[in-house]
Amino acid sequence: MIDPASRPGTPAQVQLGDDGRLRHFIDIEGLPKALLTEILDTADSFRGVQEAQVKKVPLLRGKTVANLFFENSTRTRATFELAAKRLSADVLNLDIKTSSTAKGETLLDTLQNLEAMQADAFVVRHSDSGAAHFIASQVTPRVAIINAGDGRHAHPTQAMLDMLTIRRHKGDFSRLRVAIVGDILHSRVARSQILALNTLGAAEVRVVAPRTLLPVDVEALGCRVFTRLHEGLAGVDVVIALRLQKERMDGALLPSEGEFYRHYGLTRDSLAWAHPEAIVMHPGPINRGVEIESAVADGSRSVILDQVTNGIAVRMAVLSMAVSGQTREREQRRQESQL
Amino acid sequence: MTLPEIPALLDSLEARLELCLDRLAVDRDRLALVGIHTGGVWVAEQLHMRLGLPTPLGTLDIGFWRDDFDHQGLPEGIRASELPFAVEGRDILLVDDVIMSGRTIRAALNELFDYGRPRRVLLASLLSLPGRELPIQPDACGAELSLAPGQRVKLQGPDPLTLSLVERR
Repeated sequence: MIDPASRPGTPAQVQLGDDGRLRHFIDIEGLPKALLTEILDTADSFRGVQEAQVKKVPLLRGKTVANLFFENSTRTRATFELAAKRLSADVLNLDIKTSSTAKGETLLDTLQNLEAMQADAFVVRHSDSGAAHFIASQVTPRVAIINAGDGRHAHPTQAMLDMLTIRRHKGDFSRLRVAIVGDILHSRVARSQILALNTLGAAEVRVVAPRTLLPVDVEALGCRVFTRLHEGLAGVDVVIALRLQKERMDGALLPSEGEFYRHYGLTRDSLAWAHPEAIVMHPGPINRGVEIESAVADGSRSVILDQVTNGIAVRMAVLSMAVSGQTREREQRRQESQL
Repeated sequence: MTLPEIPALLDSLEARLELCLDRLAVDRDRLALVGIHTGGVWVAEQLHMRLGLPTPLGTLDIGFWRDDFDHQGLPEGIRASELPFAVEGRDILLVDDVIMSGRTIRAALNELFDYGRPRRVLLASLLSLPGRELPIQPDACGAELSLAPGQRVKLQGPDPLTLSLVERR
């Protein structure tokens, strides 16, 4: 029997309920500006909670959030765990190392078992693009699915924590020029950032990288492409350095790390091309001396640690909003069944 | 039915509150007012001005502390709470526009205690309506009203503050 809650369709269709509210959070693509703004506003309110002695709210008391990490992560997993705990949820952390042959079976079995344990949200990281969407649309549609990174596809909570950081430092997006520098090719973060910045109405989004580290047709996402750092950084208000993802590089995409640093490294000298009040961001983990100079990463214009704090607030926001969306749907079904 | 005028309600609330503070020998230099979003903040602003208190006004949005998440989900437009003083050991006066079931005040008390352990918490409300579902009563209110079944009052503001009757469906 097909579960009536399952919705085949694009991530955008799967993520939203009939009332337009979030029920899963899988991809920035297709989400309206009002919803992204609501996530940022809710996260801002959760930032307020972090000022209290007791940094918790009782919203998800009695609910269970399972962190399903099929791929390694330190920061994302830790902040998701902290976010769920600060919402008073019970948290289950599962590290699932899968062999490629057993992957499909393990994934389905694990998820159905967890659903039977009445988990209310799954935070999913997987090396396959589309894993979170597959789970949300086909496997466990009544459990709120939060994408914590799928392959090269999307990392929407990272993009939203970056948007929160930008908004808290720079305010209105409509006047902002933002440059994303480095390994765009392997970056699910960059794709989500470009989509979020365009949805929120940023004046200009630039990507800066050597041709070998740019995806084909990256312009189609809505960004200007620069292959020279000084041109890409000229006058920008926000610089986002990306990590060089050596573990995802199969062939010889770069002559050497030293060569990359010379041409694309974010240093005090190269930062001088940007607006004098430009902020510097990095999703972490940082390769010092590869994509960013230590003096810049630790300097006064760096907001990298602020990004981590905002990450907790953004993850609290999407977890509570998605569980809330599922709760409303369940309540609606209950009322309809009583009629 | 005609609703009372706002200035008269505020006068009455202020007078009753003064009596209450005197009776309890509350130190006004240490007393902090905390308005509950949204209407309670408007009433608290008026009271704060009238009482001339030195401690800055605090605000609470109890949206994350509500008890109906399993039925209603997350309310929209929750603001950050701001308590620009140390709660620990302080006398706090919670201010709301209307008290009815008492559930908002329950949520506000829970949130407040996450900021520290106050010495004493008092409650002022512009209007008190019947329908309590929890053992919570205001220490001072502007007026007690009884409404017909299905009726509610709504405070609009902040400038000017007006009361209106709404029919609840």
